[in-house]
Amino acid sequence: MFRLLRNSKGWLLAVVLLILLVFPRFASGYHTYLMLTFFAYAIILLGLNLLLGYTGLLSFGYALYVGIGAYTATFLMSKFSIMSMEVIIVISIMISAILGSLMGILCVRYVKIYFAMLTLAFSSLFHSLILKTYRISGADEGLHVLRPYLLGFNQTEIPKMEFLAGSFYYYNLAVAVIATFIMWRIVSSHFGLCLKSIRENPEKAKYLGINIIKCREYAFILSSVYGAVGGALLASITGHVDSSVVYWTHSGSLVFMALLGGFQSFFGPLIGAVVYIYLQDTVMSITQYWRIIFGIILAFIVIVAPGGLIGVMEYFMKRFRDIKGAN
Amino acid sequence: MELGIVVAMVLSGIFNASWLFLLSAGLQILFGVQKVFNIACGTIFVLGAYLGVTFVNIFLSGGLPKSLFIIPLICAGLSSVLIGPLIERGLLRFVYGRDVHFQLLIFFALSLIIEDIIRMVWGVSPRSTPADLYGLYGQIDLLGSLVPVYNFVVILISLMIAAATGYILIRTRFGKIIRAQADNSEMVEALGINTKRMGLKVFTFGTVLGTLGGALIIPSTAAIADMGAELLVLGFAIIVIGGLGSMRGALVGALIVGILRSITIMFYPELELFIVYLIVIVSLVYKPEGIFGKKGF
Repeated sequence: MFRLLRNSKGWLLAVVLLILLVFPRFASGYHTYLMLTFFAYAIILLGLNLLLGYTGLLSFGYALYVGIGAYTATFLMSKFSIMSMEVIIVISIMISAILGSLMGILCVRYVKIYFAMLTLAFSSLFHSLILKTYRISGADEGLHVLRPYLLGFNQTEIPKMEFLAGSFYYYNLAVAVIATFIMWRIVSSHFGLCLKSIRENPEKAKYLGINIIKCREYAFILSSVYGAVGGALLASITGHVDSSVVYWTHSGSLVFMALLGGFQSFFGPLIGAVVYIYLQDTVMSITQYWRIIFGIILAFIVIVAPGGLIGVMEYFMKRFRDIKGAN
Repeated sequence: MELGIVVAMVLSGIFNASWLFLLSAGLQILFGVQKVFNIACGTIFVLGAYLGVTFVNIFLSGGLPKSLFIIPLICAGLSSVLIGPLIERGLLRFVYGRDVHFQLLIFFALSLIIEDIIRMVWGVSPRSTPADLYGLYGQIDLLGSLVPVYNFVVILISLMIAAATGYILIRTRFGKIIRAQADNSEMVEALGINTKRMGLKVFTFGTVLGTLGGALIIPSTAAIADMGAELLVLGFAIIVIGGLGSMRGALVGALIVGILRSITIMFYPELELFIVYLIVIVSLVYKPEGIFGKKGF
C-alpha cells in the first residue's frame, strides 16, 4: 500500500482522504450529511461502473439493487429487529448476490439496447411491486428507517446531528474506503483485464479463450452486491426509503453521475457523484425544474465531453504537457 | 362468462392496440433507419396527450361545436411536425454513428427535458377534457356490453394510418428509400440520397405518430405526467415481441400487448404490468429477434 505514496496520484488520494477525515470539523452539519450520502453513492457507483466502464454494459435499472439494499435494511431493522449494521450489510450482500445471479443469467446474454431495456424492465417491475404492496412497503410515501448499531454499539441515544456527523460519518467513510479498495483490486486483477477486453472486442476475447457470458455474469453479480450495500447505507443515512429509490429516473441519475465524472476511469464516477450531489442540492434550492437543467447538462456532456470531468482534465493536462514538451 | 364481456374485453384490447401501434410505429421506423431506440417515446406520447387537452379546450371555449372535438385532437397530434425537426436538428444529429450508449443517453436527456417542459407549461396535476366527450359519439350495444363509438373511431384512425404507412413503404419512392436505408445506409448514400434529410423526416414521422396517439387517448383518460415510463416499457415490449424495425411487428406486437393488458386488467389488475414484463422476458428468451425480426441483432 505504501507503493501508492511513491507517485503523485497516491499523494492526491492521501490528501483527499485527509480532507474527508477532517471534513466534519469545519463543515456545517448539512454539508457533512451530503458527504455522508456521497459515501453511499460512491459504493453504488463503483458497482455501476464495473458494469458500464469496465464491462461496457449500460444498465438503466441499476437503482433496483440500491432499492433492494435499502428495503432490506429497513425491514431487517423494523420487522426482524436486526439492528447490527454489519449483519444488515452481509444479508444485503447475500440477497443481492442471489437476485443478481438470477437476473444476470438472463440479462448478460444481451447487449446494448436489449441489456439497457431489460434492466429497465426489471427495475420497473420491482417499482410497481413496491407500489402495489403499499401496506408493507409504504409505496411512494415510504417507510422510516431506524438507526442501526455500528459495530455492536447502540447509538440511538445520541442526538441525530452528532450521530450523523460523528460515528456514522467515520463508519461510512471506512466502509466506502474498504469497498473502493476491494473494487480497485478487482479491476486491476486478471478478471478486470478480461472485462476490459470483452468490452473492447468480444469476438477476440472469445477467441482468446475468455468465457464472455461467465465474466459478464460475475461482473453483474458483483455490481449488484455493491449497489445493495450502498443502498443499505443510503437508507440508514437518510432515514427514509420509498418507491422513488427504484424509479427509473434514479437509475438515470446514477448513470448521469458516472458520465459526469467520466466512466472511462476508476475514480471518475466517484467525482461525478460528489459533483452531482452538490449540483442537485444547489439546483433544487433554486428551482423545482431540475430535470430540464440536468437534461441539458447531460446532453451537453454526451455531445461535447463524453469523457466527463476526468476526460476534460486529461485533455487539459495533455495540452499542458505538450506545451511543456514543446519548450 | 358472458359473450358480451369477452367482446368488450377484446375490443378494449384492440382500442389499446391502436394507440400502442401509434406509439411503436415511430419507434420501429426510427430504429430501422437510424438504428437508435427512442427512449423519449413515452414522454413524447404524453406530450401529445397534454397538447390534445389544450387544443380541445381552446376549441371548445371558442364556442365551436363539441361534436367536432376530434379535429383539434388530430391537429394536436400533427402539431409535433414542427417539434420533430427542432429536436432532430438541435440535439439528435450529433449522436448518429456514435456509440449506442451515448445515443441512449441523449434520448434519455431529451425525455428529461420534455418532461420538465410539460411540467412548466401544464403543471403537475393531471389534465383532462370535459368528461362527456368520450361518450359524445354514442355507444354501441354489442352483445350486452356498451362500447363507446369513440373507440371505433380511434381504431379506424389507426388502421388508416397503418394502411397508409404500409402503402408509403411499399409503393412510393420515399418508402423504398426508407427501407433501403434501413437495410444498407451506406449504399443509399452512395446512390445520392441525402440520408441526413431522411433521418429528419423519419424522426418527425415517429414523433407525429407518437403525439397523435397521445392526443387520441385523451377523451378516455387524463393526461398524467408519470405515464411516460410505463409507456416506454410497453413500447419496448412491442418492438421486442414484434421484431426490431418491422412495421408488421409493430402492428402484431401492439395487438398482443393491447389484448393481453385488457385481459389482465379485467381479471388480475395488480398483475397488469407484470404480465407485460413477463412476455418481454419470455419473448427474449425464446425468440429474441421477435416475430418479424431478422436474426443477428
